[in-house]
Amino acid sequence: MDFNDSAEEADFRGQLRAWLVENNPHLPASSTSDTYWARQPDWHRSLYRAGFFGLSWPVRYGGHERPTVYEVIVDEELAAAGAPPRPNLGYLVHALLEHANDDIRDRFLPDLISGDARWCQGFSEPDAGSDLAALRTRATRAGDDYVVTGHKVWTSYSDVADWCLLLARTDPQARNHKGLSAFAIPMDQPAITQRPLKMINGVAREFGEVTFDAAVVPSSNMIGSPGDGWAVAMTVLAHEREPQELGNASRYRKTVKQLQKLVRDDPEGYDAEQFRQLAWATVESDMLAHLVSRRLSERLDGVAHGVEGSVDKLLMTWVEQAVGHAAVDLAGAAQDEIDASMLATYLYSRAQSVMGGTAQIQRNLIAHRVLGLPRS
Amino acid sequence: MDVRFTPEQRILRQSVKQVINRLGLSAVADLADEQRAARLDEAVEESDWRRLRAPDEAGNPWASGVEAAIVAEALGHGLADVPFLGPTLAMELRRLAKASAATGRETVGLRRNLSALASPGEPAVAIDAACAESVLLLAADGTLASVKLRGQPAATDLTRPSVPIPTAEAVTVGSLTEADRQRWIALALTLTTADLVGSMQGALDLAVTYAGQRAQYGKRIGSFQAVAHLLADAVVHIEGARAALLYAAWGVDALDPWDAVAAAASAKAYAARAARSVCETCIQVHGGIGNSWECLAHVYLRRTLLATDVLGGVGPNLARVLEHVGLKGRL
Repeated sequence: MDFNDSAEEADFRGQLRAWLVENNPHLPASSTSDTYWARQPDWHRSLYRAGFFGLSWPVRYGGHERPTVYEVIVDEELAAAGAPPRPNLGYLVHALLEHANDDIRDRFLPDLISGDARWCQGFSEPDAGSDLAALRTRATRAGDDYVVTGHKVWTSYSDVADWCLLLARTDPQARNHKGLSAFAIPMDQPAITQRPLKMINGVAREFGEVTFDAAVVPSSNMIGSPGDGWAVAMTVLAHEREPQELGNASRYRKTVKQLQKLVRDDPEGYDAEQFRQLAWATVESDMLAHLVSRRLSERLDGVAHGVEGSVDKLLMTWVEQAVGHAAVDLAGAAQDEIDASMLATYLYSRAQSVMGGTAQIQRNLIAHRVLGLPRS
Repeated sequence: MDVRFTPEQRILRQSVKQVINRLGLSAVADLADEQRAARLDEAVEESDWRRLRAPDEAGNPWASGVEAAIVAEALGHGLADVPFLGPTLAMELRRLAKASAATGRETVGLRRNLSALASPGEPAVAIDAACAESVLLLAADGTLASVKLRGQPAATDLTRPSVPIPTAEAVTVGSLTEADRQRWIALALTLTTADLVGSMQGALDLAVTYAGQRAQYGKRIGSFQAVAHLLADAVVHIEGARAALLYAAWGVDALDPWDAVAAAASAKAYAARAARSVCETCIQVHGGIGNSWECLAHVYLRRTLLATDVLGGVGPNLARVLEHVGLKGRL
């Protein structure tokens, strides 16, 4: 057992660190600023060109086929250097790798991974949140195409996306999740309109609302077969639950380091409760980093993660919200730039127990699938 | 980085579990079964688990903090009513002090609130003291001394009695540097964390079994979300504590002593908070039964109360975590 880098890992870390000295764009944190979202595409392409993106994905599509631990080294070093986090595409890449045919993979994966094409995810609807299988957006076959009508919400990056991973009902007769299919639908068409959703932290460029009014998608853009939509969605959600996929552990530790510095600079300015919050945020964020190490190691044994994803999602949520509490309680109401960023960090943390399946839903999954408790 | 258990470590865990399944507690009444307890003690003695931290020819421990944590966790899970924590920590003190081996069973003496090793002369208790003939104390100048133990064991933790330490002559057996003392604290925090993780898991297993059997309103209570969510939260607490424990256990020998203490303190704070929550959930899910002496729930809770207090629970360890990031004396 060894938590330290192997020689090869240390070498990689050194190369990345050297590259970052020259190439860190010093963007503000994603949770706090629209500037980040405006410049994120350039950052993605820059990381990709330098060979520091898509490290665990197939070479055929522009990846490097390294163990996932290299992705985590990237997360750690980006956080340590104060660089923006790695763009989050794992859920899309894995959905296509696991469910799409060769034609779709060859057409879409290279541009998705290199950052030349932007994607968004069209799952949730106004009346289909936790109960995703109740979604009503319809895709009706018309010759070689499907015609899509419906309304999606919480669609990440819809304002810049070239493509949308869309979940729609193709068989109105089938019950709930059985009648769903997934598509790669082009966003650049007049039948699709989108408007930004401004979140409680003031960021308006992360989430959007999208209306499909007889939008067209070629049937050859279906991911998997008709009726496979639910399986595709489950793959996406599983990857959205894993801290090792998201790079969040490094992000939280970075915030905690900033808070520690804030307090060290003026230790007399804080009370015992604030010191306690800081200590807990330190304990929690360190714990998550160790959990990530453990999960990555389990993968070396070929352990594919299933139900424990819900446990990890809740742990990640508890950590993010403990860090969020420390951020708001130590920095207080927004007086300067640091305070404002900490306030936004706190406000953003409230979404972690909602997105990718609410905390309540994760508890249901743990109760039934991990503990085997009886269903009501 | 590769933090998987080795095949040997997996076998070790299996063998502790086998002994526990055969000779451990399955009901509160088993605590009174002296024959069973004696056979369990014999099995643990023969296994050499209490000598994991004995010195090899070079003075290094025979086994790392990871093996010691594996044993502590499995014993905690099985509510093993035999000494392990005390003797292992005594063995580590003698190893670090380069002292000769103890002649009989030995444990460690802590201050009355269990927060640190006691100095000779101050009011102190020997923890995990069943069968112990002597106890080790550490003076402020690093002198390690042994005192003969006598007196009646008493127990908050029904599986591990404590004994007040008599004011008797202390025999010097060696001395520790400050770095040695830190290394020992890291091991003590790690082993108590492992014990907490094991006991938490045992308490959760007990509660899940009960929730799958007990019926009210014509349904098994585990099917009610209000009950299920309590148990789901317990799973999350345990998984978090386990993640922190693994790093601490590795750190005992792999990190420098001060970093090892910080890692272990972080894990201990996390596990101490988690253990209280999980054990209280276990009592709650059992309802009235959980508040009765016959239910094992309080045996788990009591075991975690002792493990929490040894070298400090949440407060002292959050303070250690802050000290490590340059904020000493703030908690």
